Amino acid sequence: MHSEDFFFQAFVYLVAAVLSVPVAKRLGLGSVLGYLIAGVIIGPFVLGFVGKEGSDVMHFAEFGVVMMLFLVGLELQPSLLWRLRLPILGLGGLQVTVTALVVAGLGVLYGLPWTMALAVGLILAMSSTAIVLQTLNEKGLMKTEAGQSSFSVLLFQDIAVIPILALLPLLAIKTSASVSLAAAEQTAEHSSALAGWQQALLVIGTVGGIIIAGRFLMRPVFRFIANTQLREVFTATALLLVIGIALAMQKVGLSPALGTFVAGVVLADNEYRHELETDIEPFKGLLLGLFFISVGASINFNLLIEQPLLILGVVFALILVKFAVLFGLGRFFKLELSQNLLFAFALAQGGEFAFVLFSFALQNNVLTAAVAGPLIAAVALSMMMTPLIMILHDQWVQPRFVTSAPQPEADTIDDNENPVIIAGFGRFGQVVGRLLLANGFKTTVLEQSPGQIEMLRRFGFKVFYGDASRIDLLRAAGAQQARLLVVAIDEREKALHIVDQVRKHFPHLKILARAIDRGHAYELIRRGVEVVEREMFGSALEMGVEALKLLGLRSYKAHRAGHTFKHHDEAALHELAHAMGEEKVLVARSRQLARDLEQLLQSDNQDLVHDVDRAWDTSVLRKDA
Amino acid sequence: MVNSNRILILFAHPALEKSRINRQLIQAVKGLDSVTVHDLYEAYPNFHIDVSFEQELLLAHDIIVFQHPFYWYSSPALLKEWQDLVLEYGFAYGHEGTALHGKKFLTSITTGGGEQAYQRQGYNRFTLRELLLPFEQTAYLCGMEYLPPFVVQGTHQLRESHQIAKHAEDYRTVITALRDNTINWESLRQFKHLNQSLAQVIRTPELPHHA
Repeated sequence: MHSEDFFFQAFVYLVAAVLSVPVAKRLGLGSVLGYLIAGVIIGPFVLGFVGKEGSDVMHFAEFGVVMMLFLVGLELQPSLLWRLRLPILGLGGLQVTVTALVVAGLGVLYGLPWTMALAVGLILAMSSTAIVLQTLNEKGLMKTEAGQSSFSVLLFQDIAVIPILALLPLLAIKTSASVSLAAAEQTAEHSSALAGWQQALLVIGTVGGIIIAGRFLMRPVFRFIANTQLREVFTATALLLVIGIALAMQKVGLSPALGTFVAGVVLADNEYRHELETDIEPFKGLLLGLFFISVGASINFNLLIEQPLLILGVVFALILVKFAVLFGLGRFFKLELSQNLLFAFALAQGGEFAFVLFSFALQNNVLTAAVAGPLIAAVALSMMMTPLIMILHDQWVQPRFVTSAPQPEADTIDDNENPVIIAGFGRFGQVVGRLLLANGFKTTVLEQSPGQIEMLRRFGFKVFYGDASRIDLLRAAGAQQARLLVVAIDEREKALHIVDQVRKHFPHLKILARAIDRGHAYELIRRGVEVVEREMFGSALEMGVEALKLLGLRSYKAHRAGHTFKHHDEAALHELAHAMGEEKVLVARSRQLARDLEQLLQSDNQDLVHDVDRAWDTSVLRKDA
Repeated sequence: MVNSNRILILFAHPALEKSRINRQLIQAVKGLDSVTVHDLYEAYPNFHIDVSFEQELLLAHDIIVFQHPFYWYSSPALLKEWQDLVLEYGFAYGHEGTALHGKKFLTSITTGGGEQAYQRQGYNRFTLRELLLPFEQTAYLCGMEYLPPFVVQGTHQLRESHQIAKHAEDYRTVITALRDNTINWESLRQFKHLNQSLAQVIRTPELPHHA
């Protein structure tokens, strides 16, 4: 492609996305529908800016799905995945089997040979991982029962693509010469040369390699990269990881999406997880958008105009059958009615894998173009319908369940979200974290020094590498779910910056902040930070108390004197913080501190000692008696 | 209400999270109008009592309640510290110490042992009223009227939640009646415990008021 051409294409795609997605979101249609509509508009049947290269673009953009599954994997600890095994195998397995059989049955009734009907059934059983996960995420429904069930089914489908790819050639009208396991996009010359057991060994070896490398190799690699302190190199590493795995999986004939998903799960308890997440996220978002646009652009409206009844009939039959099967299975698996409806509506469409599988089936002579053409159009249309169906569901179906509407968030996913986030785990943050952990409160720690992370993890802390002043990182660390944020970093300006950002983006979080000195404390107090502790004050006070004891005061009196002093000083701190006008902030810090000290020393003398001495004092009593 | 009393409940429980009875009792009176619940262990975890604040609180209320579990025949340590510091000479007692004169004083306690334990023959050898004499005398010296205590006994035996709920309800009734002045102050003195016979102690609201 010419570079000028390339820029023009990029320009068209970006303009379409930038214009249509915000409008769609504003209208409450969701981003997915916005992208799809943008695709239709720039596609060959409206403006015709893009089209010929549409399938190339889609092929490239499918990588967004791969990245999405990597991110999904990062969210899933292996233990959680293991807990979901029943819904994945049971619900997912039955969904694919039953849907495939029902669709195949309908196909035979319609007059297709059984081999074709079965192939079509298997292909149409797939739902759209991209659309469903994106839509559910956007609506914040991933953690509901319906969200988890949907995810389980989609995961099974992603896995099922591999055996389906293996099975399709066996259904060929004329058995194709090369029966291969390879993914459609590259009918593999090399893997067909291998015997079945060799192929199996290769697959197991590759997946095993990913798991072992993820467990043992990636941590030092990430640490090494992080030590360079160059963000873009870390981003490059993250991309390299995903692309490398995708390539390796394609080479051995597995779905790249599945491979990166496995890699994601393996890295889910890695301390660099949040950094990976935030680095990959924008790429995923853009590529997925591109993918949706290319789906919109690829809808063959000519076919639709030629055979409108057939295609629309197929679309509605497809949605109806999938909905009925999903709803029935949901009942069988005892989903609550409102959740079951959401689950069934969400997954009642054809998926992006259908495009891959259809073209694979065509190449292998399983289907004829006359059969596949309308079906491809129908799948694309059904994907386009999904956001609309979800809007109908939100508007008409869900309001009937108002009582059960506020779903309690499922515990299963929530347990990787800790109630406390500590930013900065140096000498200060460590004490806070250790105390909390010792009392059974789980904390997520954000720390920028890779050396410490390694060591702390050995002691069971949940430590992540990253800069806590980045909002996306805080979000990835669970700021949405957490209750407290402890800002324990030792950089004055950055601490204030974090406080401002968090106040804006996560107003529910209570903030506890480490103040470097009095001036810093004023700034923090004025920002309404719930708890402000001066880093030196506590220990200096303790030392003062010890000094009083060595000077001959009884311990309890010294202790009380210390506390009286502390109360007095903290009251003064808050008073001065609010009394100080903005213009005084400009006064040179040293002068201001000197004046403060003078004020403090004056008031220290007055009531302080009196308060301590008055307690348990009997001199007045004796005088009176 | 014209005759309403302002009530200050000084609540002392060092481990509220383990409490079964006191937690229910204090919950039952939290949020009532004109009733201030002051959780001492929450306010002063390091025993550093703000004396002048406490004295102002006392001045602002008509009925002072000590609510606490009965530890070693007395109050938990922080409430004792509170007495030592807040009930100062010259404030609560002595020539000029008349700040509390005319106020009413109530103890609300829970005991693990049952009533039969607090008798001559019981293992505690003294009645509850006898063991509470230091509180009664403190009230006397401060010029306060000592009311028969609100008592929940045998808490080790209280297993059913409806038994506990009944006590909580009684407590709320008593505190409300104290606040609204619907107590039969004369007949009150003949009872050992305030919640011995609520029907006789509290005037029914239908009866005409005479202040």
